[in-house]
Amino acid sequence: MAKNVGDSKLQEQPKLKLYSYWRSSCSWRVRIALNLKDFSKLSPLNYVPVLVDEDIVIADSFAILMYLEEKYHQNPLLPQDLHKRAINFQAANIVSSSIQPLQNLSVLKYIEEKVSSDEKFAWAQRHIGKGFAALEQLLKGFAGRYATGDEVFLVLSLSDILNADLFLAPQIHGAITRFKLDMTQFPLLSKLHEAYGELPAFQAAMPEKQPDRVEG
Amino acid sequence: MDPNSQEVCGSSHSSASTKLLLYSYWQSPCSWRVWFALNLKEFERLNPLHYVPVLVDGDVVVGDSFAILLYLEEKYPQNALLPSDPKGSALNLQAASIVSSSIHPRHLMSLLEYIEEKAGPGVRLLWTENHMGKGFDGLEKLLKEFNGRYATGDEVYMADVFLAPQICIAIRRFNLDMSKFPTLSRIYEAYKVLPAFQASLPERQPDAIVQ
Repeated sequence: MAKNVGDSKLQEQPKLKLYSYWRSSCSWRVRIALNLKDFSKLSPLNYVPVLVDEDIVIADSFAILMYLEEKYHQNPLLPQDLHKRAINFQAANIVSSSIQPLQNLSVLKYIEEKVSSDEKFAWAQRHIGKGFAALEQLLKGFAGRYATGDEVFLVLSLSDILNADLFLAPQIHGAITRFKLDMTQFPLLSKLHEAYGELPAFQAAMPEKQPDRVEG
Repeated sequence: MDPNSQEVCGSSHSSASTKLLLYSYWQSPCSWRVWFALNLKEFERLNPLHYVPVLVDGDVVVGDSFAILLYLEEKYPQNALLPSDPKGSALNLQAASIVSSSIHPRHLMSLLEYIEEKAGPGVRLLWTENHMGKGFDGLEKLLKEFNGRYATGDEVYMADVFLAPQICIAIRRFNLDMSKFPTLSRIYEAYKVLPAFQASLPERQPDAIVQ
Protein backbone atom coordinates (compact mmCIF):
# COMPACT_ATOMS: atom_id res chain seq x y z
CA MET A 1 0.00 0.00 0.00
CA ALA A 2 1.14 3.55 -0.63
CA LYS A 3 0.77 6.46 1.69
CA ASN A 4 1.12 10.06 0.80
CA VAL A 5 3.13 11.67 3.53
CA GLY A 6 3.82 15.34 3.86
CA ASP A 7 5.45 17.44 6.45
CA SER A 8 2.79 19.46 8.15
CA LYS A 9 5.34 21.61 9.94
CA LEU A 10 7.37 22.81 6.99
CA GLN A 11 5.93 25.33 4.58
CA GLU A 12 7.23 23.63 1.46
CA GLN A 13 5.09 20.48 1.95
CA PRO A 14 7.32 17.85 0.40
CA LYS A 15 5.12 15.13 -0.90
CA LEU A 16 6.54 11.71 -0.41
CA LYS A 17 4.78 8.53 -1.29
CA LEU A 18 5.59 5.37 0.57
CA TYR A 19 4.60 2.09 -0.91
CA SER A 20 4.70 -0.50 1.81
CA TYR A 21 3.36 -3.84 2.95
CA TRP A 22 1.79 -3.97 6.37
CA ARG A 23 3.63 -7.10 7.44
CA SER A 24 7.07 -6.44 6.08
CA SER A 25 9.72 -5.52 8.60
CA CYS A 26 11.57 -3.60 5.89
CA SER A 27 8.49 -1.45 5.31
CA TRP A 28 8.00 -1.11 9.02
CA ARG A 29 11.48 0.41 9.50
CA VAL A 30 10.68 3.11 7.00
CA ARG A 31 7.28 3.86 8.56
CA ILE A 32 8.93 4.40 11.92
CA ALA A 33 11.49 6.73 10.37
CA LEU A 34 8.80 8.77 8.64
CA ASN A 35 6.94 9.05 11.93
CA LEU A 36 10.11 10.15 13.69
CA LYS A 37 10.70 12.77 11.06
CA ASP A 38 7.20 14.09 11.73
CA PHE A 39 5.76 13.35 8.37
CA SER A 40 2.06 13.05 8.87
CA LYS A 41 0.07 10.50 6.97
CA LEU A 42 -2.33 11.67 4.33
CA SER A 43 -3.84 8.87 2.39
CA PRO A 44 -2.93 5.31 1.50
CA LEU A 45 -2.53 2.90 -1.58
CA ASN A 46 1.01 -1.08 -2.27
CA TYR A 47 4.59 -2.92 -2.52
CA VAL A 48 7.53 -2.93 -0.31
CA PRO A 49 8.91 -0.48 0.62
CA VAL A 50 9.33 2.05 -2.15
CA LEU A 51 9.63 5.75 -1.53
CA VAL A 52 8.75 8.23 -4.22
CA ASP A 53 9.98 11.77 -3.75
CA GLU A 54 9.03 13.71 -6.88
CA ASP A 55 11.25 12.22 -9.55
CA ILE A 56 13.32 10.10 -7.20
CA VAL A 57 12.22 6.52 -6.67
CA ILE A 58 14.01 4.48 -4.02
CA ALA A 59 13.45 0.91 -2.99
CA ASP A 60 15.21 -0.90 -0.15
CA SER A 61 14.67 0.14 3.42
CA PHE A 62 18.29 1.01 4.15
CA ALA A 63 18.66 3.20 1.05
CA ILE A 64 15.36 4.91 1.89
CA LEU A 65 16.37 5.57 5.48
CA MET A 66 19.73 7.01 4.47
CA TYR A 67 17.99 9.20 1.88
CA LEU A 68 15.50 10.49 4.46
CA GLU A 69 18.32 11.13 6.87
CA GLU A 70 20.31 13.14 4.34
CA LYS A 71 17.41 15.13 3.02
CA TYR A 72 15.34 15.79 6.14
CA HIS A 73 17.45 16.80 9.09
CA GLN A 74 14.84 16.95 11.78
CA ASN A 75 15.14 14.26 14.46
CA PRO A 76 18.31 12.70 13.13
CA LEU A 77 18.41 8.95 12.75
CA LEU A 78 22.15 8.75 13.24
CA PRO A 79 24.48 10.22 15.85
CA GLN A 80 27.31 12.54 14.86
CA ASP A 81 30.07 10.40 16.31
CA LEU A 82 31.63 8.20 13.61
CA HIS A 83 32.16 5.24 15.88
CA LYS A 84 28.58 5.25 17.11
CA ARG A 85 27.37 5.62 13.55
CA ALA A 86 29.41 2.56 12.61
CA ILE A 87 27.84 0.58 15.44
CA ASN A 88 24.40 1.63 14.23
CA PHE A 89 25.24 0.45 10.73
CA GLN A 90 26.61 -2.79 12.09
CA ALA A 91 23.51 -3.53 14.11
CA ALA A 92 21.28 -2.60 11.19
CA ASN A 93 23.19 -4.91 8.93
CA ILE A 94 23.10 -7.85 11.29
CA VAL A 95 19.35 -7.59 10.98
CA SER A 96 19.13 -6.90 7.27
CA SER A 97 21.79 -9.34 6.05
CA SER A 98 22.11 -12.06 8.66
CA ILE A 99 18.60 -12.42 9.96
CA GLN A 100 15.91 -11.02 7.72
CA PRO A 101 16.91 -12.67 4.41
CA LEU A 102 16.84 -16.07 6.04
CA GLN A 103 13.39 -15.69 7.53
CA ASN A 104 11.46 -14.05 4.78
CA LEU A 105 8.36 -15.64 3.34
CA SER A 106 9.80 -17.29 0.26
CA VAL A 107 12.63 -18.95 2.16
CA LEU A 108 10.32 -20.18 4.91
CA LYS A 109 7.84 -21.54 2.39
CA TYR A 110 10.65 -23.37 0.69
CA ILE A 111 11.82 -24.98 3.91
CA GLU A 112 8.29 -25.91 4.82
CA GLU A 113 7.75 -27.50 1.41
CA LYS A 114 11.03 -29.35 1.24
CA VAL A 115 11.24 -30.40 4.85
CA SER A 116 8.42 -29.64 7.26
CA SER A 117 6.58 -26.94 9.14
CA ASP A 118 8.46 -27.78 12.33
CA GLU A 119 11.75 -27.44 10.57
CA LYS A 120 10.64 -24.06 9.28
CA PHE A 121 10.23 -22.81 12.83
CA ALA A 122 13.45 -24.38 14.00
CA TRP A 123 15.24 -22.79 11.07
CA ALA A 124 13.84 -19.33 11.76
CA GLN A 125 14.53 -19.54 15.46
CA ARG A 126 18.08 -20.72 14.87
CA HIS A 127 19.00 -17.88 12.55
CA ILE A 128 17.24 -15.23 14.55
CA GLY A 129 18.87 -16.59 17.69
CA LYS A 130 22.33 -16.39 16.13
CA GLY A 131 21.71 -12.85 14.98
CA PHE A 132 20.31 -11.81 18.33
CA ALA A 133 23.31 -13.27 20.14
CA ALA A 134 25.56 -11.21 17.87
CA LEU A 135 23.49 -8.10 18.59
CA GLU A 136 23.61 -8.66 22.35
CA GLN A 137 27.37 -8.92 22.09
CA LEU A 138 27.69 -5.87 19.88
CA LEU A 139 25.44 -3.58 21.86
CA LYS A 140 26.61 -4.65 25.29
CA GLY A 141 29.73 -2.64 24.85
CA PHE A 142 27.71 0.46 24.05
CA ALA A 143 24.33 0.30 25.64
CA GLY A 144 25.68 -1.43 28.71
CA ARG A 145 26.66 1.58 30.63
CA TYR A 146 23.23 3.09 30.27
CA ALA A 147 21.47 0.02 31.47
CA THR A 148 20.10 -0.17 34.92
CA GLY A 149 17.38 -2.38 36.25
CA ASP A 150 14.64 0.24 36.08
CA GLU A 151 15.64 2.61 33.36
CA VAL A 152 14.23 2.66 29.89
CA PHE A 153 17.00 3.23 27.44
CA LEU A 154 17.58 3.05 23.77
CA VAL A 155 20.36 1.57 21.83
CA LEU A 156 23.22 3.96 21.85
CA SER A 157 22.00 7.16 23.33
CA LEU A 158 19.89 8.08 26.29
CA SER A 159 16.98 9.56 24.47
CA ASP A 160 17.51 9.41 20.74
CA ILE A 161 16.00 6.80 18.53
CA LEU A 162 18.55 5.77 16.04
CA ASN A 163 18.97 3.88 12.83
CA ALA A 164 19.78 0.62 14.61
CA ASP A 165 16.53 0.84 16.54
CA LEU A 166 14.60 1.12 13.30
CA PHE A 167 15.97 -2.26 12.31
CA LEU A 168 15.81 -3.86 15.73
CA ALA A 169 12.25 -2.94 16.66
CA PRO A 170 10.44 -4.79 13.87
CA GLN A 171 12.88 -7.68 14.02
CA ILE A 172 12.42 -8.28 17.73
CA HIS A 173 8.67 -7.91 17.48
CA GLY A 174 8.56 -10.42 14.65
CA ALA A 175 10.80 -12.86 16.48
CA ILE A 176 8.47 -12.84 19.46
CA THR A 177 5.08 -12.76 17.80
CA ARG A 178 5.71 -14.83 14.66
CA PHE A 179 8.44 -17.19 15.68
CA LYS A 180 7.89 -17.46 19.42
CA LEU A 181 11.58 -16.97 20.13
CA ASP A 182 12.62 -17.45 23.71
CA MET A 183 13.92 -14.01 24.62
CA THR A 184 15.32 -14.91 28.04
CA GLN A 185 18.80 -15.32 26.58
CA PHE A 186 18.61 -11.79 25.16
CA PRO A 187 18.15 -9.46 28.14
CA LEU A 188 19.31 -6.34 26.33
CA LEU A 189 17.09 -6.88 23.33
CA SER A 190 14.20 -7.67 25.66
CA LYS A 191 14.65 -4.34 27.41
CA LEU A 192 14.78 -2.57 24.09
CA HIS A 193 11.61 -4.29 22.97
CA GLU A 194 9.80 -2.95 26.00
CA ALA A 195 11.16 0.53 25.40
CA TYR A 196 10.09 0.50 21.76
CA GLY A 197 6.59 -0.55 22.72
CA GLU A 198 6.09 2.70 24.61
CA LEU A 199 7.07 5.04 21.83
CA PRO A 200 4.35 6.62 19.68
CA ALA A 201 6.49 6.59 16.54
CA PHE A 202 6.82 2.81 16.82
CA GLN A 203 3.27 2.12 17.87
CA ALA A 204 1.78 4.01 14.95
CA ALA A 205 3.97 2.09 12.53
CA MET A 206 3.04 -1.38 13.76
CA PRO A 207 1.74 -3.83 11.18
CA GLU A 208 -1.57 -4.36 12.92
CA LYS A 209 -2.27 -0.64 12.62
CA GLN A 210 -1.78 -0.48 8.89
CA PRO A 211 -4.77 0.00 6.60
CA ASP A 212 -3.70 -2.87 4.34
CA ARG A 213 -3.56 -5.33 7.20
CA VAL A 214 -5.15 -8.69 6.56
CA GLU A 215 -6.60 -10.70 9.41
CA GLY A 216 -5.46 -14.24 10.10
CA MET B 1 38.90 -20.97 7.86
CA ASP B 2 42.21 -19.31 8.42
CA PRO B 3 41.77 -15.55 8.64
CA ASN B 4 44.36 -12.93 8.22
CA SER B 5 45.00 -9.46 9.55
CA GLN B 6 46.74 -6.79 7.61
CA GLU B 7 47.77 -3.32 8.42
CA VAL B 8 47.07 -0.63 5.90
CA CYS B 9 48.06 2.98 5.98
CA GLY B 10 46.86 6.08 4.24
CA SER B 11 48.99 7.16 1.30
CA SER B 12 50.86 10.44 1.31
CA HIS B 13 48.05 12.47 -0.27
CA SER B 14 45.33 11.11 1.97
CA SER B 15 45.07 11.23 5.75
CA ALA B 16 48.59 11.40 7.06
CA SER B 17 49.86 8.44 9.08
CA THR B 18 46.47 6.77 9.25
CA LYS B 19 46.89 3.19 10.25
CA LEU B 20 44.08 0.70 10.00
CA LEU B 21 44.05 -2.98 10.70
CA LEU B 22 41.79 -5.16 8.65
CA TYR B 23 40.98 -8.69 9.65
CA SER B 24 39.78 -10.54 6.62
CA TYR B 25 39.39 -13.89 4.96
CA TRP B 26 40.58 -14.25 1.43
CA GLN B 27 37.56 -16.16 0.14
CA SER B 28 34.85 -14.02 1.64
CA PRO B 29 33.08 -11.53 -0.61
CA CYS B 30 32.44 -9.39 2.44
CA SER B 31 36.16 -9.10 3.09
CA TRP B 32 36.71 -8.62 -0.62
CA ARG B 33 34.43 -5.57 -0.76
CA VAL B 34 36.40 -3.92 1.99
CA TRP B 35 39.74 -4.61 0.29
CA PHE B 36 38.39 -3.21 -2.95
CA ALA B 37 37.27 -0.04 -1.16
CA LEU B 38 40.57 0.34 0.71
CA ASN B 39 42.38 0.07 -2.59
CA LEU B 40 40.09 2.67 -4.14
CA LYS B 41 40.80 4.96 -1.19
CA GLU B 42 44.48 4.33 -1.76
CA PHE B 43 45.35 2.71 1.48
CA GLU B 44 48.49 0.69 1.13
CA ARG B 45 49.13 -2.54 2.83
CA LEU B 46 51.94 -2.68 5.32
CA ASN B 47 52.33 -6.09 6.74
CA PRO B 48 50.09 -9.05 7.46
CA LEU B 49 48.58 -11.46 10.15
CA HIS B 50 42.70 -13.00 11.30
CA TYR B 51 38.24 -12.78 11.48
CA VAL B 52 36.06 -11.35 8.92
CA PRO B 53 36.02 -8.62 8.09
CA VAL B 54 36.80 -6.48 11.10
CA LEU B 55 38.40 -3.09 10.86
CA VAL B 56 40.39 -1.62 13.72
CA ASP B 57 41.05 2.11 13.53
CA GLY B 58 42.69 3.22 16.73
CA ASP B 59 40.17 2.39 19.42
CA VAL B 60 37.32 2.01 16.95
CA VAL B 61 36.45 -1.56 16.07
CA VAL B 62 33.92 -2.13 13.29
CA GLY B 63 32.60 -5.42 12.02
CA ASP B 64 30.35 -6.07 9.04
CA SER B 65 31.46 -5.07 5.57
CA PHE B 66 28.67 -2.58 4.95
CA ALA B 67 29.26 -0.81 8.26
CA ILE B 68 33.03 -0.79 7.59
CA LEU B 69 32.53 0.68 4.12
CA LEU B 70 30.25 3.43 5.39
CA TYR B 71 32.68 4.17 8.21
CA LEU B 72 35.57 4.41 5.74
CA GLU B 73 33.51 6.64 3.50
CA GLU B 74 32.65 9.01 6.32
CA LYS B 75 36.08 9.14 7.84
CA TYR B 76 38.26 9.11 4.72
CA PRO B 77 36.58 11.17 2.06
CA GLN B 78 39.26 10.76 -0.61
CA ASN B 79 37.99 9.06 -3.76
CA ALA B 80 34.43 9.19 -2.54
CA LEU B 81 32.44 5.98 -2.76
CA LEU B 82 29.09 7.70 -2.65
CA PRO B 83 28.17 10.47 -5.10
CA SER B 84 27.18 13.79 -3.57
CA ASP B 85 23.76 13.93 -5.20
CA PRO B 86 21.00 12.25 -3.18
CA LYS B 87 19.66 10.29 -6.12
CA GLY B 88 23.04 8.81 -6.98
CA SER B 89 23.76 8.07 -3.37
CA ALA B 90 20.41 6.30 -2.90
CA LEU B 91 20.97 4.31 -6.05
CA ASN B 92 24.33 3.08 -4.87
CA LEU B 93 22.99 2.12 -1.45
CA GLN B 94 20.14 0.29 -3.10
CA ALA B 95 22.45 -1.77 -5.25
CA ALA B 96 24.68 -2.47 -2.27
CA SER B 97 21.69 -3.62 -0.24
CA ILE B 98 20.47 -5.92 -2.95
CA VAL B 99 23.83 -7.66 -2.86
CA SER B 100 24.30 -7.71 0.89
CA SER B 101 20.75 -8.56 1.88
CA SER B 102 19.18 -10.42 -1.03
CA ILE B 103 21.97 -12.21 -2.80
CA HIS B 104 24.94 -12.92 -0.60
CA PRO B 105 23.12 -14.29 2.48
CA ARG B 106 21.38 -16.85 0.32
CA HIS B 107 24.49 -18.53 -0.93
CA LEU B 108 26.45 -18.88 2.27
CA MET B 109 28.19 -22.23 2.40
CA SER B 110 26.51 -23.23 5.62
CA LEU B 111 23.13 -22.51 4.13
CA LEU B 112 23.79 -24.45 0.95
CA GLU B 113 25.06 -27.42 2.90
CA TYR B 114 21.92 -27.35 5.00
CA ILE B 115 19.74 -27.32 1.92
CA GLU B 116 21.63 -30.17 0.40
CA GLU B 117 21.34 -32.14 3.60
CA LYS B 118 17.62 -31.55 4.00
CA ALA B 119 16.44 -31.51 0.43
CA GLY B 120 18.95 -33.64 -1.39
CA PRO B 121 21.76 -33.00 -3.86
CA GLY B 122 20.97 -31.04 -6.99
CA VAL B 123 18.49 -28.86 -5.13
CA ARG B 124 21.35 -26.69 -4.03
CA LEU B 125 22.12 -25.70 -7.60
CA LEU B 126 18.49 -24.84 -8.31
CA TRP B 127 18.40 -22.80 -5.13
CA THR B 128 21.43 -20.71 -6.01
CA GLU B 129 20.37 -20.20 -9.61
CA ASN B 130 16.97 -19.10 -8.43
CA HIS B 131 18.06 -16.66 -5.73
CA MET B 132 21.14 -15.34 -7.40
CA GLY B 133 19.24 -15.05 -10.66
CA LYS B 134 16.46 -13.08 -8.99
CA GLY B 135 18.95 -10.78 -7.33
CA PHE B 136 20.85 -10.19 -10.53
CA ASP B 137 17.57 -9.54 -12.34
CA GLY B 138 16.78 -6.87 -9.79
CA LEU B 139 20.20 -5.30 -10.24
CA GLU B 140 19.94 -5.44 -14.01
CA LYS B 141 16.61 -3.59 -13.86
CA LEU B 142 17.94 -1.04 -11.42
CA LEU B 143 21.05 -0.24 -13.44
CA LYS B 144 19.84 -0.69 -16.98
CA GLU B 145 19.36 2.99 -17.72
CA PHE B 146 22.94 3.89 -16.80
CA ASN B 147 25.28 3.56 -19.67
CA GLY B 148 28.46 4.59 -17.98
CA ARG B 149 31.62 2.58 -17.63
CA TYR B 150 30.55 1.33 -14.21
CA ALA B 151 27.32 0.55 -12.44
CA THR B 152 25.96 4.05 -11.88
CA GLY B 153 28.08 6.15 -14.20
CA ASP B 154 31.67 6.68 -15.15
CA GLU B 155 33.09 6.61 -11.65
CA VAL B 156 33.55 3.64 -9.35
CA TYR B 157 31.19 3.90 -6.40
CA MET B 158 29.74 1.85 -3.57
CA ALA B 159 27.53 -0.19 -5.91
CA ASP B 160 30.62 -1.34 -7.78
CA VAL B 161 32.39 -2.28 -4.57
CA PHE B 162 29.54 -4.68 -3.82
CA LEU B 163 28.90 -5.85 -7.35
CA ALA B 164 32.42 -6.72 -8.40
CA PRO B 165 33.06 -9.51 -5.89
CA GLN B 166 29.50 -10.76 -6.19
CA ILE B 167 29.60 -11.10 -9.97
CA CYS B 168 33.01 -12.72 -9.84
CA ILE B 169 31.80 -15.28 -7.33
CA ALA B 170 28.62 -15.93 -9.29
CA ILE B 171 30.74 -16.81 -12.29
CA ARG B 172 33.58 -18.66 -10.65
CA ARG B 173 31.81 -20.50 -7.89
CA PHE B 174 28.30 -20.94 -9.20
CA ASN B 175 28.72 -20.89 -12.98
CA LEU B 176 25.89 -18.43 -13.28
CA ASP B 177 24.84 -17.83 -16.87
CA MET B 178 25.66 -14.15 -17.26
CA SER B 179 24.23 -13.84 -20.77
CA LYS B 180 20.91 -12.81 -19.22
CA PHE B 181 22.59 -9.87 -17.50
CA PRO B 182 24.18 -7.69 -20.18
CA THR B 183 24.62 -4.62 -17.98
CA LEU B 184 26.29 -6.58 -15.21
CA SER B 185 28.45 -8.43 -17.73
CA ARG B 186 29.59 -5.19 -19.28
CA ILE B 187 30.55 -3.52 -16.01
CA TYR B 188 32.26 -6.69 -14.84
CA GLU B 189 34.63 -6.43 -17.79
CA ALA B 190 35.42 -2.89 -16.65
CA TYR B 191 36.14 -4.06 -13.08
CA LYS B 192 38.55 -6.70 -14.31
CA VAL B 193 41.00 -4.10 -15.60
CA LEU B 194 40.87 -1.87 -12.52
CA PRO B 195 44.08 -2.09 -10.47
CA ALA B 196 42.15 -1.57 -7.21
CA PHE B 197 39.98 -4.53 -8.05
CA GLN B 198 42.79 -6.75 -9.28
CA ALA B 199 44.74 -6.16 -6.09
CA SER B 200 41.70 -7.18 -4.06
CA LEU B 201 41.21 -10.54 -5.76
CA PRO B 202 41.07 -13.45 -3.34
CA GLU B 203 44.02 -15.24 -4.90
CA ARG B 204 46.18 -12.19 -4.25
CA GLN B 205 45.53 -12.17 -0.54
CA PRO B 206 48.36 -13.31 1.72
CA ASP B 207 46.11 -15.89 3.34
CA ALA B 208 45.02 -17.37 0.01
CA ILE B 209 45.33 -21.09 -0.37
CA VAL B 210 45.84 -21.78 -4.03
CA GLN B 211 44.72 -25.19 -5.14
